[in-house]
Amino acid sequence: MRLTAYLDGIGLIGPGLDSWPAAQPILAGHAAYEARPLAVAAPQSLPPAERRRTGLAIKVALAVAFDAIAAGQLDARQLATVFTSSGADNDNCDAICKTLASDDRSISPTRFHNSVHNAPAGYWGIASGAMTPATVLCAHDASFGAGLLEALTQVAVDGSLGFERGGTLLIAYDMPYPEPLHAKRPLPAAFGIALALMPVRSAQSLAQIELELGDAAPDTLADPALEALRRAIPAARGLPLLQAVARRETCRVVLDYLAPLSLALTIEPI
Amino acid sequence: MTPVHLSHFTATSCLGYGNAATLAALRLQRSGLQPCQFETVHDLATHVGEVSGVDAVELPASLAEHDCRNNRLAWLGLQQDGFSDAVEAAIARHGRRRVGVFLGTSTSGILQTEQAYRRRDPASGALPDDFIYRTTHNTYSVANFVRTAFQLEGPAMVVSTACSSSAKVFASAARMLAAGLIDAAIVGGVDSLCLTTLYGFNSLELLSSEPCRPYDVHRQGLSIGEAAAFILLERPTAQLPADAVLLLGVGETSDAHHMSSPHPEGLGARMAMEAALKTAGLQAADIDYLNLHGTATPSNDAAEGQAVAALFGDRVPCSSTKGATGHTLGAAGGLEAIISALALQQGFLPGGVNTQQLDPAIPIQYLTANRDSVPRRVLSNSFGFGGTNCSLILGRAG
Repeated sequence: MRLTAYLDGIGLIGPGLDSWPAAQPILAGHAAYEARPLAVAAPQSLPPAERRRTGLAIKVALAVAFDAIAAGQLDARQLATVFTSSGADNDNCDAICKTLASDDRSISPTRFHNSVHNAPAGYWGIASGAMTPATVLCAHDASFGAGLLEALTQVAVDGSLGFERGGTLLIAYDMPYPEPLHAKRPLPAAFGIALALMPVRSAQSLAQIELELGDAAPDTLADPALEALRRAIPAARGLPLLQAVARRETCRVVLDYLAPLSLALTIEPI
Repeated sequence: MTPVHLSHFTATSCLGYGNAATLAALRLQRSGLQPCQFETVHDLATHVGEVSGVDAVELPASLAEHDCRNNRLAWLGLQQDGFSDAVEAAIARHGRRRVGVFLGTSTSGILQTEQAYRRRDPASGALPDDFIYRTTHNTYSVANFVRTAFQLEGPAMVVSTACSSSAKVFASAARMLAAGLIDAAIVGGVDSLCLTTLYGFNSLELLSSEPCRPYDVHRQGLSIGEAAAFILLERPTAQLPADAVLLLGVGETSDAHHMSSPHPEGLGARMAMEAALKTAGLQAADIDYLNLHGTATPSNDAAEGQAVAALFGDRVPCSSTKGATGHTLGAAGGLEAIISALALQQGFLPGGVNTQQLDPAIPIQYLTANRDSVPRRVLSNSFGFGGTNCSLILGRAG
């Protein structure tokens, strides 16, 4: 079974990868990659009260989501979303665990509602006004692959969502844990990729993507620093797909998923 | 959507291990809620639906790295009603790569981390050596546990959308079946008691000091429970018995309103029920019973009640079973799908327990006593933090 979609918009944030337009020449091999700490602001479309409550995970997820929507000239309220993350708001998780291990276990209401894995999806709804389906996934290191498979399945199965066939916005993101969890789960940096995946080709379409389940070994990246990111951050496992789009050549890409499965993609530039 | 067959299912909650114990408790209108004595939580005046004997569950040695309360509860659930045998038979029919695992959880094995933080090294602050993040704390750990236990090689993931998690897994599995990516799926949810949810809901002043009273005029909030609910989904075969249960429709929406409060008129909830009816090709008049989300918080029941009244008026009998089971959070969608399936097969509508005086401001037909009636189609609601809504429609094959 082959799943097909059109890629109409990309959002990207990572260390040394400030945005999709800035990262494109780096991924295409025309500019050198330099690792730099990443900076990201909370979206202005959130009301001030909500904006104050957003941590790094929510900022990264919403920033790439809005970038992909803008690039594809899309209406967020028409798109379903698939959020996928290995860990969601990891600073918040550490803060709650510290409080619960202390003599005073009173955690704040904001910390609690931000602890749900779907917190970014909730803030996305508030910021974008989208009342469409939002699903939120985790598959540990395979979270990017799980999200891409879910998103392309949504696009491919017509009528499955109970509303007019729009597209699906995939948002894959991760952020580091502080110590002591960092030692047990060393994620080096925050990272986010958003892909607007549409059922029909438009003037904004960048590429056609076909996906099949397979068991070939996942592709690696030639640049050692980028390959280190791909290996260390689950959301960055999508980088070989972005590299293929950046190079604008028809190619096969194999992405990491759950062993023994991998995702075999055919990417055709438009 | 193409209907999907719930070929096997099993529920374990504070009502008991497996479907027979669950059914017996529902028939007797017995609540499994007890004053909270969980772990070290002795300072909260609340009731919980704790599953007895979870601490005594021993995982097989080969699965030792997965040991945590959530996976022990999962293991306990898998042993009931011949569910593991049914999965093995499905693997024999379809192959290891063609059986998916899509489970809902909100907190996974976080209790393991909460306890590990108490055992941090006093000098370095490091977590103890025996703490394993990947197979306990990580949100995916319960799906990983089930996939590993059955040596499966197909697609897998956890859906974690707070209290709608294990309803939404039905939607993902149905889509993957429709796309031809898999031939069977283990779906459902496992969520277990932990400090984060107990102290977290307490911080929001959403915990009831008495056993929760859904849709009662004096409802004070929710009682937290825990459960393991597993369902095997397959494409329907040509000849199904009349009492076979099918997934007919799924509706998913977002409130786009607030992180921890529902839309005041239940707009997202209403749209989820409408989308479920649309995917099933049904009208509101085709639904014979609604299993409500009914958490017993003042705002949830008011918002859901308005949405139900707008769509169904007071014509359709409905109830929340959370007075019996507690709110099992990420397992609630799966647990209540199984309760709905039992209602379809056994021909009874479960009356809500603990509710003494119905809220007169909510004009729906809320059942406080069991009713003998054979529903043909039921709708089950699951909503959650972040404004996530999911409605399932289940029906009898004949």
